[in-house]
Amino acid sequence: MVTETNSAVRADARGVVAQVVDPEMPMLTLDDLGVVRGVVVDVDGVTVTITPTYLGCPAIGVMRDDLRASLGAAGYTHVDVRTVFSPPWTTDWISPAGRRKLTEAGIAPPDGVSPRSTGPIPLTLTAPSPAVRCPRCGSPSTEEFSRFGPTACTALRRCPACREPFEHMKAI
Amino acid sequence: MNVHHTDVKEHDAANAYQSMSETTGHDDPRWAFGTGVEDAQAEITSPVPDGVDAADLAAYCLMLGDDALICSHRLSEWVSNAPELEEDVALANTALDLLGQARVLLARAGQVEGRDRDEDSLAYLRLEAQFRNVALAEIGDDLDFACAIARLLLFSSWRLALLHRLLDSRDPVIAAVAGKGVNEVTYHRDYAARWALRLGDGTAESHDRMQTALNAVWPYVEELYRPSEVERRLVEAGVAVDPALTRAEVDAVLDEVLAKATLARPDGPPIGTIGGRGGRQGVHTEHLGHVLAEMQSLARQHPEATW
Repeated sequence: MVTETNSAVRADARGVVAQVVDPEMPMLTLDDLGVVRGVVVDVDGVTVTITPTYLGCPAIGVMRDDLRASLGAAGYTHVDVRTVFSPPWTTDWISPAGRRKLTEAGIAPPDGVSPRSTGPIPLTLTAPSPAVRCPRCGSPSTEEFSRFGPTACTALRRCPACREPFEHMKAI
Repeated sequence: MNVHHTDVKEHDAANAYQSMSETTGHDDPRWAFGTGVEDAQAEITSPVPDGVDAADLAAYCLMLGDDALICSHRLSEWVSNAPELEEDVALANTALDLLGQARVLLARAGQVEGRDRDEDSLAYLRLEAQFRNVALAEIGDDLDFACAIARLLLFSSWRLALLHRLLDSRDPVIAAVAGKGVNEVTYHRDYAARWALRLGDGTAESHDRMQTALNAVWPYVEELYRPSEVERRLVEAGVAVDPALTRAEVDAVLDEVLAKATLARPDGPPIGTIGGRGGRQGVHTEHLGHVLAEMQSLARQHPEATW
């Protein structure tokens, strides 16, 4: 049940949730990452719905705890954090501010996700997206050297111009 | 310059310790037996779709979940053993993706069967004959990298074709796992295919070892396309996919890789089943016992441990 009084509190809870950061990429808030599906305040407390970036994302438990801790500190005693899978999260949900913050932190933001075709998914036997811009020196031509980076959501690339390696968030 | 560099490192190290202590300071026991996430996940508690037999649905979730769980365990054996750090990370990430799929599917199986078993009880307390994975997921690779790649190529090509068809499953959890899993497994298949290409079309030595590895895992492919009775019934109910329907697509993918990698398609007789019964019926190779002995040892020695 949502009352008149509670809707004022709800905006506040939404504001608290908006400030919680991603445990693996703390330069991004959960809002920047696009994983917050809803914040509902009722007489029983607050229910936050988030969506995992990857099914096996080990950060989801930490996100849940961080949300509980932040909302608890803001005076919410009953905090329920639920996860939903569908529709599946995509890197297209990362906000423009989030993409800017990634670049500033030396992580190349993901490309746009191409729409899924109806037929079988084609093999990609050569390294894709040669046009990823180096987040350090801005050189437009960089190369992938590992599709799997230090976190599940990034690949590793290097820049021949400034000779620095960097992470590139996978478009998924 | 050096002094400055050291300062930065020490500062980072202090932050790292601080964040570790913050993480471990939380009240809830995590990474412990029985701290599954099913209670907090909306889809997992959704009702069994109309006209679907709950026992069949639970069995099918175990099939898809056990395939991912056991293959994930085999991949995780590569952690600290891969030929290069990048491959270590790649195989570990692939294992993690599959483990994520397994956790959700096992949690759904436990929820649907209604016998008070969570994902952890299902993963850690079942015996060999209660697992429903195909043999391809459980066979060992003796830490031969070509073998790991050959198995991953076959497994991910098949699983991707399955998941792609399960996007419209009437079970919301299976559909959700497929929705996430299609993207993940596309990455796994591309990774394995690229390595098959590099090794097959590499030196004479790498070519021979890749071909030998393919020959070793290929006999387990036949089982992938044979539907069990449970799958047949669930195809009718709009929940499952007939695995036989994936064959043409998987063959086309494998033929493309083999041709580019200058590898020959093996033609040995199929193995891995006994009298028509295989992993889907709980009949396994001797390899699964070794996997379970390692995977389940901690949970069995320290029942319901938390830390």
